[in-house]
Amino acid sequence: MNPAEANLVDLVQFFFMGIQRGCIYAMVAMGFNMIYNATGIINFAQGEFVVLGGLMMVSLTMALHLPIVLAFILTVLFVVVVGVLMERLTINPVKQPTVLRLIIITIAVSIITKGAAMMFWGKGSHYMNHFSSAEPLDFHGATILPQTLWIMGILLLVVAAYVFFFNFTMTGKCMRACSINRDAARLAGIDDRKMVMLSFALSAGIGAVAGIIITPVIQMDYTRGAMLGLKGFGAAVLGGLGNSTGAVAAGVLLGVLEALGAGYISSHYMDAIALVILLFVLFIRPSGIFGSSEAMRLKEF
Amino acid sequence: MKGKNSAGLIALILAVILLPYIITNDYYLGALIFAGLNSLACIGLCMLMGYAGQISIGHGAFVAIGAYGSGILTASFAWSPWLAMFCSLIMAVVVAIVLGIPALRLKGHYLAMATLGFASIVHVVSVAAVDLTGGPSGIVNIPRPKLFGYLLQTDTQYFYFVWAVVIIGIYCAFNLIDSRVGRGLRALHGSEDAAASLGIPVTWYKVQVFILSAVYASVSGSLYAYYVNYIDPGPFDISYSVLLVTMVAVGGLHNIWGALTGAIVLSLLPEFLSFVSDYLRFFGIEYQQDYDTLVYGLILLFIMLFLPEGIFPSLRGAVAGIIALFKKTPRMSGQNSGPIAGRRFSGHDK
Repeated sequence: MNPAEANLVDLVQFFFMGIQRGCIYAMVAMGFNMIYNATGIINFAQGEFVVLGGLMMVSLTMALHLPIVLAFILTVLFVVVVGVLMERLTINPVKQPTVLRLIIITIAVSIITKGAAMMFWGKGSHYMNHFSSAEPLDFHGATILPQTLWIMGILLLVVAAYVFFFNFTMTGKCMRACSINRDAARLAGIDDRKMVMLSFALSAGIGAVAGIIITPVIQMDYTRGAMLGLKGFGAAVLGGLGNSTGAVAAGVLLGVLEALGAGYISSHYMDAIALVILLFVLFIRPSGIFGSSEAMRLKEF
Repeated sequence: MKGKNSAGLIALILAVILLPYIITNDYYLGALIFAGLNSLACIGLCMLMGYAGQISIGHGAFVAIGAYGSGILTASFAWSPWLAMFCSLIMAVVVAIVLGIPALRLKGHYLAMATLGFASIVHVVSVAAVDLTGGPSGIVNIPRPKLFGYLLQTDTQYFYFVWAVVIIGIYCAFNLIDSRVGRGLRALHGSEDAAASLGIPVTWYKVQVFILSAVYASVSGSLYAYYVNYIDPGPFDISYSVLLVTMVAVGGLHNIWGALTGAIVLSLLPEFLSFVSDYLRFFGIEYQQDYDTLVYGLILLFIMLFLPEGIFPSLRGAVAGIIALFKKTPRMSGQNSGPIAGRRFSGHDK
């Protein structure tokens, strides 16, 4: 293999790694967007949904030996219940919400979830079997894990379900109406409180799916929530907060940039790369690369 | 400075002077030193969050800058601890300016995430920059500073030293709050547009208080490094930044005394919990130190849901109630006690 070819293989390899992570960031970002659209809240516990999904899936498949499909459904249901409980117990009762108070409440929920996860699953990282073979496939000299293909496929399914739900179902349209103008939606007879609850449920569900599909590759432990949440938020901002098509593209882009940075600059600073990008986007163009400057003027940053 | 605050400060000074005579156990004195270090960082953060209304989930990073600056300059370059502390303070100021000017244009959630991202970056660098920070194994042999020719060797000496710095910090904070800048900050907390229309340089004031809070955090970090003589990235991850916010929020955002209360209570909480765990075992509950995080989270959530002004206004209300009981006069509600007083900040200047 000549050097030029080897370089190309490296590039493809980093690209695959980036896509794999990027799909997860995209899903976390979609979760952020759902709650943001319904409530204007950034949920600092978003990363914990991912961790809970991953850890629950580990318990169901590795300890209880349930079939993957059943475990998948049960795990998503479990995290959805956690999300709904979070909304009912901590967000809904707040009568005079201020931004500061809501931020601290979601932080408190993330601390509690993290503490509970440590209590139940311990401090170690948990191994989980890949969905299919763990044997990497060869792609012109570079390798790709079958799990990466699963991740990409499931992201596509989630996006398809998302588009269908928000464009072709009544509930989805009601949610969109609420995110555009809550008062007007209420006047049209939409129960906005229920929509808020639903947004937490869906957001928790997407987080759980992300946690389930990434766990075989990264080995989940209870501390990962904060970093996953931050990078997912990076993707959400990069794509324009509230814009979920943007979030998917930005998530994959962020994952690829991170992987390229880790490959060509320094793997020690890998976690910092996505965060530096996040800060630059926030400072220079908080409406995101896909957000219009017109919308930016209307929003408060 | 107003009368009540002066009285509080004098009470605090007396308590600090007397405490080492009451608590002779070095372990508990150590816990109080850590409480003092956290208090210092929280006082700065309280000015930023409670008075200026700007959230930062990244102040652990400034503590880390202070600690690493002091640690590297004294242990690797044999600088004097005082000079090292001053230089790391300058470094924290520079970082605060570079970060603060763009970041403080953001509001609410965006600012929170930006500062959290910043704290995360600093932590990644402290682990990864092995040549500078020693990486995960950290820096050892950090010396204690000398004060007036005396080496601050014992825990009692260091206790007095740290709490003297805290008291100076509180004094400066009150002076700032009662100054033109302090009034400006409270105005922009209410409404930035209204404050700007009254001629308050909104961005500059916010950056100023951000810098000041970074200075408090950096000094706290330096004193931490000199006390434990050893630093590694472990204590400075983002959960430390979150813990600082927790302390300020639990104590009471809108009052320096609240931040101090929160910092002391939550710093001593692990000691209290390990003390209580013996009794819990008696009831068949096996409490482990690992559960501390969970307890912190539950306390924070409880306070935010039911006492959003923090525990300090309630404590003050209770104390005022008891005093009123002794005076046998009907208690004036809402005048200077209870949560309402907290919401109006600490009153107006005379």
